[in-house]
Amino acid sequence: MLVFILKRLFNAAMVMLAVAFLAFLIFRAAGDPVEIMANDQMSIEDKEALRDSLGLNDSFVTQYLRFVGNAARGDFGISYRNGQKVLGLIADRFPATMELVLVATILSLVIGIPLGVLTAIHRGRWHAEALQFVSIIGVSLPSFVVGILLILVFSVILGIAPAFGRGEVVDLGWWSTGLLTPSGRAALVLPAISLSLYQITLIMRLVRAEMMEVMRSDFVKFARARGVPRWRIQFRHALKNCLMPVITMTAMNVGALIAFALITETVFQWPGMGMLFIQAVTFLDIPVMAAYLCIISFIFVTLNTVVDIAYAVIDPRLRHATR
Amino acid sequence: MSDTPVLDVRALSVEFPGRHGTLTALDGISLSIQPGEILGVVGESGAGKSMTGLAVQGLLEPPGHIAGGEVHLAGRRIDRLSDRDMEKVRGAEIGAIFQDPLTSLNPLFSVGQQLIETIRQHLDLGRREARQRAVELLAEVGIPAPDERVDHYPHQFSGGMRQRVVIALALAARPKLIIADEPTTALDVSIQAQITALLRRLCDDHGTAVMLVTHDMGVIAETADRVAVMYAGRLVEIGPVVEVIGNPQHPYTAGLMGSIPELGARKPMLTQIDGSMPRLDSIPRGCAFNPRCPHVMEKCRTDRPELVVSGSGASACWLNDKEDVA
Ligand SMILES: Nc1ncnc2c1ncn2[C@@H]1O[C@H](COP(=O)(O)OP(=O)(O)OP(=O)(O)O)[C@@H](O)[C@H]1O
Ligand SMILES: [Mg+2]
Repeated sequence: MLVFILKRLFNAAMVMLAVAFLAFLIFRAAGDPVEIMANDQMSIEDKEALRDSLGLNDSFVTQYLRFVGNAARGDFGISYRNGQKVLGLIADRFPATMELVLVATILSLVIGIPLGVLTAIHRGRWHAEALQFVSIIGVSLPSFVVGILLILVFSVILGIAPAFGRGEVVDLGWWSTGLLTPSGRAALVLPAISLSLYQITLIMRLVRAEMMEVMRSDFVKFARARGVPRWRIQFRHALKNCLMPVITMTAMNVGALIAFALITETVFQWPGMGMLFIQAVTFLDIPVMAAYLCIISFIFVTLNTVVDIAYAVIDPRLRHATR
Repeated sequence: MSDTPVLDVRALSVEFPGRHGTLTALDGISLSIQPGEILGVVGESGAGKSMTGLAVQGLLEPPGHIAGGEVHLAGRRIDRLSDRDMEKVRGAEIGAIFQDPLTSLNPLFSVGQQLIETIRQHLDLGRREARQRAVELLAEVGIPAPDERVDHYPHQFSGGMRQRVVIALALAARPKLIIADEPTTALDVSIQAQITALLRRLCDDHGTAVMLVTHDMGVIAETADRVAVMYAGRLVEIGPVVEVIGNPQHPYTAGLMGSIPELGARKPMLTQIDGSMPRLDSIPRGCAFNPRCPHVMEKCRTDRPELVVSGSGASACWLNDKEDVA
């Protein structure tokens, strides 16, 4: 098991190095930072001195390693736009996005899994078929349309949920949370639903398909022949065998959710990383873009690693394969 | 024998309603098994052997259903029970062994968890006692170091060992009847004999009745007491193994037996009767076997022969009827 985990961590580190390399290339491609920073009074010698002090005259590899070293310590330099530390900018926005994505993920699991089981075991009955039909609509509606519809119905017409912003937030050290205030929670509702709708339908359809497959398997028939009650077969034997793909998809999709959050954040004016990124793009704020790339990749890679390890915990076959 | 049979199946019919009419998968099957007896069930693929077992256990896949006849288990009629009540019969009074031990066990639960689940489903035991019983069961089916193996997962067992686990699961609540559907087909030849010997021993030790479905006439000859021969959803002959093998009454049985090289030589049985069994939607009128029968008569093409008792066995063939008359 330990060897297995170490292997996975090593893989993750390699991927992160590759991503850092890409981010580093963006910097290089963006041109000479000294020219961007310099003003007209600076002499050629001054610029050369600045270049030296910034380490720009070092070899490519040295510069890359320094970039990786800095990034690993969270130092992504200074925003071109407002001169603030990039890490600080992102750290300010990070909790907003993560809370949104986390709540959306929980929603999609808590609603998607039972619906999937229900539509599988009640297959053929009208309510299951109706759900299955509605889920097709859920899959095909673009998320900004969902967001705008939600705002229209619940904010504009019914006036029961705020349409934009994050409400009041409470600072817990470096994390600012909207979960502790009523207005923060209220503000989270519509964006989270809008972001999770697609995931709900995806998970529901996945669980349904997996359940139907597993319910046909020999071990389910054998469990029936052993006299295990039907509900127990469905919720214990079959569901557990469906969880692997669900975990995989959920974890992979948290990455996608962060990407989708870009749209949802824009629609709901949610002050998260997505909005920050959109602003950075319009200002060609390279350090912020590079940092965003690195951090999002880091989240992706971490999730992938966690998924692999979670697999091994759930499935004894994988656990023993690496002994 | 005057005992109440453990299993008594009377004129059992199973039908599958379909778009192109109703298929009759089982047509008037009657058989019984006494305590401690092993009844072998043979016949070509598709004859309805598995279907008979499933019907007895109430495990037919809808739209398949019992369309006629009765199933009695130790004197109690069970074919009309609700699914709820059947759950209390399955595993408790009827144990099942499936063909493929590789797929019969849930890969995500240890064999102990699956055993304890079955035991506690049917017996009023605490966690600890159930675990103790699980270990005893594993020991009984011949798994070495059972107190250690009980926590292992299915993939940690070899095929033969897994089939032993499946047998332990079938025995978990000391059922009166075990339905074993080709329990050795998926196993290595060297292991098949061990598994059938184990079944025979358990049957003798506990007086369990066994319905043993198999393609292997060698297995039948060595382990079964009586044998039932099925053809196209019908029972064509049933009787003590020695008589059915030595002196088959039905031409189909004779054809089946003709392909065993010698008794005890364990070889997969190959059917050497010309032609093939009809599909369920094209069973001929009269005797289902008539197009392939070497002794076919006019009557066989129009009238269906009933199962007629002669001596210690019974067969469904007009030939025997004529002999009786003569
Ligand atoms: N769902 C179904 N609908 C219609 N017919 C079915 C269905 N399931 C099985 N049958 C038919 O029932 C008949 C009996 O099948 P069964 O599985 O009992 O055969 P078998 O004797 O066990 O054969 P094998 O030796 O291959 O296991 C077959 O002709 C099969 O095609
Ligand atoms: Mg079969």
